[in-house]
Formats: sequence, structure tokens, C-alpha cells
Amino acid sequence: MAEIVIFKQPIAGLGREAIAAVRYLGRIFLFFLRGFLLVFQPPFQFDKIRQQIYFIGMKSVFVICLTAGFTGMVLGLQGYYALVKYGSTSALGSAVALSLVREMGPVLTAIMVIARAGSAMAAEIGIMRISEQIDALKTMDIDPMRYLISPRIAAALVCFPLLTALFDVVGLYGGYLSGSVLLGVNPAFYFSRAQSSVEMADILGGFIKSLVFAVIVVGICCFQGYYTHTRAEFGAKGVSLSTTSAVVISCVLILVADYVLTTFLM
Amino acid sequence: MEAAPLIELRNVRKTLGRTRVLDGVDLKIYRGEITAVIGKSGSGKSVLLKHIIGLFEPDAGEILIEGRSRAARSAPEKRALKRKFSYVFQDTALFDFLTVFENVALPLSERRNERPAEIARRVREKLRQLDLDDVEEKYPSQLSGGMKKRVALARALVTDPEIVLFDEPTTGLDPIRKNAVHSMILEYQQRYGFTGVVVSHEIPDIFFIAQRVAMIDEGRIRFEGTPEEIQRAADPEVRAFIEGLESPRDDLTGVDSHPIGQKRLLQEMIRLQRHEIPFSIVLLAVESRGGTERIGGHEAGQEVFKLFANHVTQNTYITDTCFRFDINKIMVLLPDTNRQQAMLFCRKISRSLEGHPLLDGPGGQAAFRFAVSAGIAQAAPGADLDDLVAAALEGVFVLYESHA
Repeated sequence: MAEIVIFKQPIAGLGREAIAAVRYLGRIFLFFLRGFLLVFQPPFQFDKIRQQIYFIGMKSVFVICLTAGFTGMVLGLQGYYALVKYGSTSALGSAVALSLVREMGPVLTAIMVIARAGSAMAAEIGIMRISEQIDALKTMDIDPMRYLISPRIAAALVCFPLLTALFDVVGLYGGYLSGSVLLGVNPAFYFSRAQSSVEMADILGGFIKSLVFAVIVVGICCFQGYYTHTRAEFGAKGVSLSTTSAVVISCVLILVADYVLTTFLM
Repeated sequence: MEAAPLIELRNVRKTLGRTRVLDGVDLKIYRGEITAVIGKSGSGKSVLLKHIIGLFEPDAGEILIEGRSRAARSAPEKRALKRKFSYVFQDTALFDFLTVFENVALPLSERRNERPAEIARRVREKLRQLDLDDVEEKYPSQLSGGMKKRVALARALVTDPEIVLFDEPTTGLDPIRKNAVHSMILEYQQRYGFTGVVVSHEIPDIFFIAQRVAMIDEGRIRFEGTPEEIQRAADPEVRAFIEGLESPRDDLTGVDSHPIGQKRLLQEMIRLQRHEIPFSIVLLAVESRGGTERIGGHEAGQEVFKLFANHVTQNTYITDTCFRFDINKIMVLLPDTNRQQAMLFCRKISRSLEGHPLLDGPGGQAAFRFAVSAGIAQAAPGADLDDLVAAALEGVFVLYESHA
């Protein structure tokens, strides 16, 4: 019997972990779904959604432009030196545009928004939880899910595709800067190849990704903050752990989801 | 036949983590009364309060509100019930992303029953009463601890609730502000008739405003009764707790505290019975006329009360005892004194107040507007202490009124 236990134990442990992970994701999805449905409950919280769009979207514009610019530039640089060996530098435009629209745009946008807004969301909601502000909302007959989570969900769903689009455009010009201005690829070739190679399906795929990433980021970050009090650690320690795990889990899941989505979209 | 309780807890049990916090709590809270819940730190007072408002569900037992439990109500009924409650959190729980004005307005604006102009009017009125009118655009983090408490109080009272739960409303406040908050709670309660539950450490001050007191110990209600009853309780655990927290001096006025005074009264009563030495009591009540619709008025009122108490002590002999009797009353115990002599004592106090630098002011320009009424009684042999106090309360007359 003993040898069977030895074989069974790690497998049982693995199974337990897997079940726990699936349950955790299920809880987050239900949490997201509740918050999402409450977006449509009248009266519409227009003002709060607008504030969140400003916070998640508008305030991320600068950092998105910066990362997009350098990402495009490095793509232009790498692409140029790869293509120049085959004498096909004229294809640089399509290489930069496709990698941006299909992969770099949605993924890097999501990761930048996690760093800027996702961590802030988790910390803000976590602090509201430990300082009893969420309980205070309940005592006033205000649904904290509707008041705190729904506007963030709505804003994230609006902002992610727009920021991704911005990333794509700025990245394209970054590639132009390094590829054409610095390394001398004909700009007309660069832009015409970029235009002709990107199809509607690519753009649509990028948007689908960015929407899925929005769900993942806002779901995990809000969930981690909202349930800070259920951790073993209390107070500031609990909030810091919630923020850390919000960032780590959503970054990992973004990359996992990206692979899965790409498989389906190809 | 006593009236049906507004809120009744029956055998409520709750375990949080591995600690059993509530272990069969039975408690009745009556309409229109202030019930104080006292007990050691960590004895489950706040948890009890959170059960009443529904933030926690009991593991076992039930909580009846107006005779019915929460679980037995439909969703709209639950909402309607929730709107009758307000909760003042221990650490204020103000929304740090909203200004003071928005914080106080939130419970009204989210209900959407009223137009914004009407909401703004009600919020401004509450802010004015609590002397917060000049900070309405500030954020909670820019305010002092005492101000935050007041904002929390304003937010709780702005909805005109029927039941207000206070979780240690005076912790961390100085004696003047603490007594001002107590007298404000009392005044609001008398004016609007809400039912109050106050979790408090302030012993014996809380007894001045509560009609009922419940002491919680090890997850159960150890004692339930009136403030007089708990102060006379025989239970050694209750006695140890109350006496442990009582200081011999009242921290606002500096005169003797209520229990010390009660002991002195008892001693005098025995002297009267054994040796037929007469004694009298003078009950002095201070009414502030400084606009008590504002907390500033209440704070000024406490200041007057303090100054007046100091003034009285200065005019007594060493054998006399001066102690705090109620939220705005002090009692002077005059041994070896009959009614006529007590009357002379009152005259002396009244005369000496004229021209008092702070209380009366030079040329009749008093810093505060207030009145003092007095009641005198001489103890009769064999009479009850309660009768003596009642007799003093019966014959109350205006002793002094500051110049307007």
C-alpha cells in the first residue's frame, strides 16, 4: 500500500491545486458578471463611469504612448536587421504592423494598465475594505458592488480597446522613426506594406483580445481588493499582498489568455 | 406589562475565525430609549452592533426587529428596514475620495428620493449644526480626529434615522468634546426620538445619557438594567468592571465622580440615623443658552459647566462634597446643614457669580449665556435616598441667569 501512497500523493496534490485554481477563477468570473450586470441597473451611473474612464484611460495615455513609441522603434530596428539579410527591407511595414496589431498592442497595453490602474484599483478598494468604508456603504443601503465595482468594469471595457488602438498607431510611427527615418527604408513602402498586410480580421482579433484582457484585469484587481479582509493578514499588510497578487495574477493570466486566444484566432 | 421591544436578540451566537465572539446573547432594545452596551475590549461589543444592523449574520439564534427576523422579510422590506438604521463607525469610515459635503450627502443622493437642491439644504443644515460649515469642501484626511467624528455623526443623522447605532462615538476625544458629543446625542434623541444603541467605554459618563445598560462579558450579556441598577449590582464581575473604570474624579469638571458622591450620601444618611446630625443636598443644574442646536453650543455648554463646577467647589467648605450628578447637574452635599442654611449657601453662590470674570464678565458682558437652577432638600431620618433626590428635583427654582 505504501508505494501507492507515494505515487498518489503528488497527483492528489496537483489535482487539489488545479481544482482550487479553477474555483478561484470561477469566483472571479461570477464576481465580474455581477458587477457587469449591475452596470445596466438604472439609474445609470454616468458620472462615476466618466470619472473611472478618466482615471483608467485618460491618465494612461502618456505612458501608453511612451511604451508604444519605443516598442515600435525596437520592432523597426530588429525587423530591419532581420530583413536586410534577405534584402526585403520593404516588408518592414507589414512586420511591424502585424506584430503590433495582433500581439504587442493588446498585451503591452494590458500590462501597462495593470501597472498603472490595476494596482491602484486593488489598493484603493482594499483600503476601503479594511477601513470599513465598504461596510459603511452597506449600512446606507448602497450596494458596494454597484457603487464601486460596476463603474470600473464599464470604464475598463471602454478604455482597453481605445488604448490598444492608440498603442497600435503610436507603435507604427515608432517603427517608421527607426526604420525609415534612421535606417532609410522608403517611407512609402513602409506605410503601404503596413496598410496592405493588416486585414480587418487582425484588427478584430486585437480588439477581442483587448476586451478579454479588460475582463481579466478589472475582474482580478477589483476582486483582490474587495476580498482583502478574507486574507490571513490584516490591515496594511493585507492590502499590500492583495495589490501584489492582483498585479502578478493578472499579468500571468494575460499571457496565458493571449496564447489561448491566438490559437483560436489563427 | 412592558412594551414589546423594538429589537430583540435571542441566543445569538457567532464564531469569527476560531474565536467564539458571541455565545448566546439575549438582549432587548426598546423604542425611544438609549441603550448603552459596555464591556471589556474585545468582548464582542462591535460585533454585536454589526449583527443588529445586518453586517454580520448570526451562526445561530435570531434577531427580531419589530417582532420579525430579517430572514423572514422580502427584499423590498429588507431595504425599507435598512433605511431606518444609521451606523456610526468606531474609526468613522468616512469615504476618503469624497469631500465632507459629499460624504454627508451620499446616503441621501444615492436614495434619489429628493432633488439635489433639497439634499444640499438638508446636508448644509446638518453641517451647520455640527459646526462643519467651513470644512465642507475638505477631504476627511485633512480634518482632525474630533472633526471626523462629527462628520460621521452628521452622515448618520442626515437621513433622520429611527435607530442609530454608535460604535464608541467618543473614543479619543478630550473631556469637553466627549461630553459635548454625549449631550448632543441626548438632545438629538430627545428632539427626534430615535432609538439609540451606544457601545461605549465611558463609564460613568455614559450612564448620564443611557436609559438602559447592558454589560457584555465572554460573549454573553452579564447584566441588563438601568444605570442605577448596574451601579448597585451585586455581581462581583460587574462591580469589578465598573469600579475598575471609575475614577474618583469626574474628568470634565474635576469634582468628585457620581459613585463617590453616592457613597458620601450613604455615609451622611447613616450619621443622620445614628447621631441625628442633619444634612442637606443642593442640586445645581446648568442650562447653556448658547444655542444648543450646534455642537459648538454644546462644547461651550460643557465649558460653562466646568467653570461653574470649579466656582462652586471654591465656595464650599472642606467637609462639603461636590459631585457630578448628571450630564448637566452637580450635587453639593452639605453635612450639618438644615434647609435654611442650604438656602443661604445657594444665595452665596448666586451672589458670587455676579462679576465672575468669565461667567459673568465685566460690565455684564458674559462670554457665555447660561442659567443655573437649584433644588434644595433636607434629609429626613429614615427616608430613602431616592426620595431625597426627588424632593430636591421637585422644588427647583432659577438661581441665576447670565445677562443677555
